[in-house]
Amino acid sequence: MATEPARPSLAVWKFASCDGCQLTLLDCGDALLTLAARLHIAAFPEASSMIEPGPYDVSLVEGSITTEEDAARIRDIRARSTLLVAIGACATAGGIQALRDLADVDEFRAQVYPHPEYVRSLATATPISAHVPVDLELHGCPIDRGQLVEVLGALLAGRKPDLPVHSVCAQCKARGTPCLPVVAGVPCLGPVTRAGCGALCPAYGRGCFGCFGPVERPNTRALVALLRHQGMSPADIGRVFRTYTATTAQFRAAAEEGARS
Amino acid sequence: MTHRSRRLLKVPALTRVEGEGALHVELTGDTVTELRLDIYEPPRYFEALLRGRRYTEPPDITARICGICPVAYQMSACAAIEDACGVEVDDRVAELRRLLYCGEWIASHALHIHLLHAPDFLGCANVVELARRHRPEVERGLALKQAGNAVLELVGGRAIHPFNVRLGGFHRAPSAAELRTLAEQTLRPARDAALACVEWVSTFDFPDVAATPELLALTDRRYPLDRGSPRTSSAVAFPVRAFEEHVVEEQVPHSTALHARLVGGGAYLTGPLARYALNRGVLSPLAREAADAAGLGARCDNPFRSIVVRAVELVYAIDEALRIIDAYEPPRPPAIDVAPRAGIGYGATEAPRGVLFHRYELAADGSVRTARIVPPTAQNQATIEADLRAFVQENLDMPDDDLAAACERVVRNHDPCISCATHFLRLTRTHR
Ligand code: SF4
Repeated sequence: MATEPARPSLAVWKFASCDGCQLTLLDCGDALLTLAARLHIAAFPEASSMIEPGPYDVSLVEGSITTEEDAARIRDIRARSTLLVAIGACATAGGIQALRDLADVDEFRAQVYPHPEYVRSLATATPISAHVPVDLELHGCPIDRGQLVEVLGALLAGRKPDLPVHSVCAQCKARGTPCLPVVAGVPCLGPVTRAGCGALCPAYGRGCFGCFGPVERPNTRALVALLRHQGMSPADIGRVFRTYTATTAQFRAAAEEGARS
Repeated sequence: MTHRSRRLLKVPALTRVEGEGALHVELTGDTVTELRLDIYEPPRYFEALLRGRRYTEPPDITARICGICPVAYQMSACAAIEDACGVEVDDRVAELRRLLYCGEWIASHALHIHLLHAPDFLGCANVVELARRHRPEVERGLALKQAGNAVLELVGGRAIHPFNVRLGGFHRAPSAAELRTLAEQTLRPARDAALACVEWVSTFDFPDVAATPELLALTDRRYPLDRGSPRTSSAVAFPVRAFEEHVVEEQVPHSTALHARLVGGGAYLTGPLARYALNRGVLSPLAREAADAAGLGARCDNPFRSIVVRAVELVYAIDEALRIIDAYEPPRPPAIDVAPRAGIGYGATEAPRGVLFHRYELAADGSVRTARIVPPTAQNQATIEADLRAFVQENLDMPDDDLAAACERVVRNHDPCISCATHFLRLTRTHR
């Protein structure tokens, strides 16, 4: 029963997903209670048994659209939300479950379920933006906590959030991580992957595996040539682009090119 | 057709559980004639999409089944694939994995206790409301969650979907100094906080309920997280590789959902209540004392008191993390080589919510031929429904709204993770 009219209302919704991105909100620690005091949480079914009917100032949407019902539900949520923010690879690019788009979903269904006729789902797992206009996208599988706090803070302050558009390489440089392909010959998708995670994997000696999805105009041709040079097989090159954002135009093209080689 | 009154009780969306589900109860006169825990989650087809992937990939890919217990998926996947490849990791890697797993237990249990479950006992709709009335306890809970996250971040690289795990070990092993700082600055204070948490939750008002389902948990010389062999409360024991011979799914006549059952037994329960009953003797002395002080006894038969068992496991996980850090020597190298070969491998570990079984069949070139995953919530569904049935039968005089709310509580006792269950449950919603 919030009476202060100044507090914007927030709703959190889930579609086909793992809960990891919305869990990021609960992981904000001290920032969580501070945010909770400045925002009115009007709907967050995974964390509250109180669900208000809206309208909502901001809806955070996790997950991809995989059923007819969900396609209708996202339209309804859009209609009741002033701002809609898609959070995570599932919501912005389909997520790992979008691998079905590249396969035969009926065969998938028969593979997993002895009674496939009970299971309804669309042939595709599509991002939110394929169904309704989206005001802002936060990338990553999962999203980065700092980016989430930045977005909510910016919304509260009425300013534009500061989200990087460059590649992971820039963040490696910023934190002083030696370039893995150069110093250790480790395959790395950093040059074509959107920054935002803070270049975590390379700091642990692991090549970036692209969970934040492609930058706008990646030079995947050059990267595919490098991966080939590093000894990866065409099948493996195809596969590294087919993970959490496999159906983005950029990674789809890269996968096809890599697999051809 | 009966002419006695019919009553329909619907909880269209279960809240404060991970994932989306609904509850459907039908009463005819004084009898529960139908009761279903429905799963709304659209299927994500993990077992199907894993086929053809490289044998190195399932730990990362299956982590995406659940954002609350990704480490459990990584650990069961590694165990199963290493089994298929005939490789066993050395003790140092095994201990570091166990430490990472402790981090997940700490984070997951702290989350369930404070954000999802405690509001039920204190009449709050959510943690924000709870924080208004019990601020210090909620802050303590968030600090515990952060302590779990700190372990996940240092050992795993990040709290949700850690990336530092690989077949054979880790990409990078933390230094002893880094871990010591974590122990001193975060885990030691967290252990005191967890003890206080046990005391706090043990004072809650628990409905007087008892259920004695068959229990299934891993057992080992230590409290089971990363390894152990399955055992039931009627002392049936079997190796992990025989899991599918002992646990089958059966179709129940009035429902289209398949339920996991023990061959020759019936519905069973996995998770904290089962682990505690079968492994109490190997809890650390501190965790056992906390259990005794909370009045838990040898076995806890009241599902509402599972919150106390979770709090005791929280103490254990922190205590165990400190023990591992104390004896820590970095594995060198951080991972051993795992070469592919044709074969089948089996793995089971104790996710925060119970036994998580994986099986993979690999081709000689290292590609995955088939995958099977049996998560805890799917195993528990029949027992959760049995609990609900008993509860509704006992509380027929409650008005609908109250009864529906109480049923939600019964479900939350088992901390069901519907995101995990969905890809396994052979059913989504029935459409009429
Ligand atoms: S993007 Fe990744 S972390 Fe986020 S909901 Fe989807 S699977 Fe989970």
